Amino acid sequence: MPPISTDALPEPAGPTLTEEEIAAQRNANVAQNLAGLDALELADRPARGEWLQRAWSLTWPKVAAIAIALSIWQIVVWSGWKPEYVLPSPATAFKALWDGISDGTLLWATWYTLQRAIVGFALAIGVGVVIGGLCSQFKVLRIAIGSMITGLQTMPSIAWLPLAILLFQLTEGAILFVIVIGAAPSIANGLLSGRDNIPPILTRAGRVLGASGWSMFRSVTLPASLPSFVAGLKQGWAFAWRSLMAGELLVIIADKPSIGFQLQQARTLADAPELLAVMILILIIGIVVDSLFFGKIEKAVRKRWGLIDTSTA
Amino acid sequence: MTDRSPTELESEGVAPAAPSDRAPHAPPDPLAAIHLEDVVKSFGRGDERIVALDRLTLDVAPGEFLCLVGASGCGKSTLLNLIAGLDGATAGTVDTRAPSTLMFQEAALFPWLTVAGNIALALKLRGIPKKERPERIEALLRSVQLAGFGDKRPHELSGGMRQRVAIARAFAQDVDILLMDEPFGALDAMTRDMLHDELERLWVDRNLTVVFVTHNVREAVRLGDRVVLLSSRPGRVIETFDVDTPRPRRIDTPEVSALARDITSRLREEVRRHATDLH
Repeated sequence: MPPISTDALPEPAGPTLTEEEIAAQRNANVAQNLAGLDALELADRPARGEWLQRAWSLTWPKVAAIAIALSIWQIVVWSGWKPEYVLPSPATAFKALWDGISDGTLLWATWYTLQRAIVGFALAIGVGVVIGGLCSQFKVLRIAIGSMITGLQTMPSIAWLPLAILLFQLTEGAILFVIVIGAAPSIANGLLSGRDNIPPILTRAGRVLGASGWSMFRSVTLPASLPSFVAGLKQGWAFAWRSLMAGELLVIIADKPSIGFQLQQARTLADAPELLAVMILILIIGIVVDSLFFGKIEKAVRKRWGLIDTSTA
Repeated sequence: MTDRSPTELESEGVAPAAPSDRAPHAPPDPLAAIHLEDVVKSFGRGDERIVALDRLTLDVAPGEFLCLVGASGCGKSTLLNLIAGLDGATAGTVDTRAPSTLMFQEAALFPWLTVAGNIALALKLRGIPKKERPERIEALLRSVQLAGFGDKRPHELSGGMRQRVAIARAFAQDVDILLMDEPFGALDAMTRDMLHDELERLWVDRNLTVVFVTHNVREAVRLGDRVVLLSSRPGRVIETFDVDTPRPRRIDTPEVSALARDITSRLREEVRRHATDLH
């Protein structure tokens, strides 16, 4: 290898500089050039607003949307389209909701329902991960049941209920069965699409670094599939929640007055305010879990990966 | 290509060509860092068969900075994959006498890891114990002028910085041979110039052997001890140019330009040869 020559450099200022010193100076220049360039490249991104301001800008559109929806509801009630005992006003419905919460019935109902949701969703994650994992690992299996997984996903979970009741009678088992069958396909599909969408360059980079087999799976495949997996979980939750409600409406277990039970009872008693109150509760729980729990995880993952444009967020 | 018979394909240079067609080369150097002899690489079978490399012979000396240039379809990337051991040759000898690593046009950093985490993974996969890693990571980042950037995520860095992290990650593997597949192709000209200086410095400091693939002939002349021109479809060595211009060089000097012009016109001849391919 030729040594660093100084021919292309201007004559050193004094005769005292040795070749090493000139090379060192050159290297220092290279370092300074790069440092300058880095500083320019990373020039300030626009500062994000105050916390309060940000919170407000995220809150008011939601508040406005809810206000508009409630106004439309109220206008329909005022129009006299249906008598008040069939379609009560928002105020009546929210009063029923408040009463149900303050006397504890709806709190207990929420507790029973969430217990089932957690157990059922956990089972669905287990089943979904095993099926998705096996399918992504074994091509034959993927060809065999890959399209069936998607097919299952589109099948309304309420269609499974009669079979579930035949198999498990009117028990917890029947409800958990429809939750699992409703949510597991989405979770399996999330895992599969995560695996399919790993940029090949990352797998190549992993191989160059010496990863293979298990170390490749653990260090590259698994973390690389994470965004799709989280999306699959989120979708799986939506399916699980729907299946659970369907299940609770048909499978009434007397010593567990769950949300579905309350809904069914309100219909039987023609208690319209109670019925709407329970529906509002179902909606609120769905939104809270989806946005506060899964939404936060999803956002954290996307932010880590640089999939969110922070300059405009 | 589907409607052609194998015999037609063979007449187009897949089968052994006349000896005069072959680039003259020195007898195999027993001390070469990389020794390639009559390397053939083809993809597919039968009528669909595509020959990417055809009896390519090349030696790279230890400590040499070798640049490979050629038009599209010359099998440059295929060649690097073979040297890196990511793929096997169809025929011929691929002999790498020191550990090597490959860098791509994209930095290919793992987006779920920080800069330090990316380098740590390379160290981990090499079996470096956990407690030795932080110190090494710091040293590696310093060596590419990125000290203090360990906590950043890849998306927070510029393209040039990401490539330097990729260089640091490659060094984490402690290899003697660095294979680079158009590593600066996606960067702006100013960043590229600065990274040329930086790469040259690292090459000297670490006594590396570099095989650098590029489309950019000036870049090849700026960096290489030798510039090897490859033919396209199939890839073969057409001609080797020694770069005698003393270092440090600059990409915009007349010497560099003059040699780049010669190589470019030779490259254009090669491209013209394919003008009738599609008809």
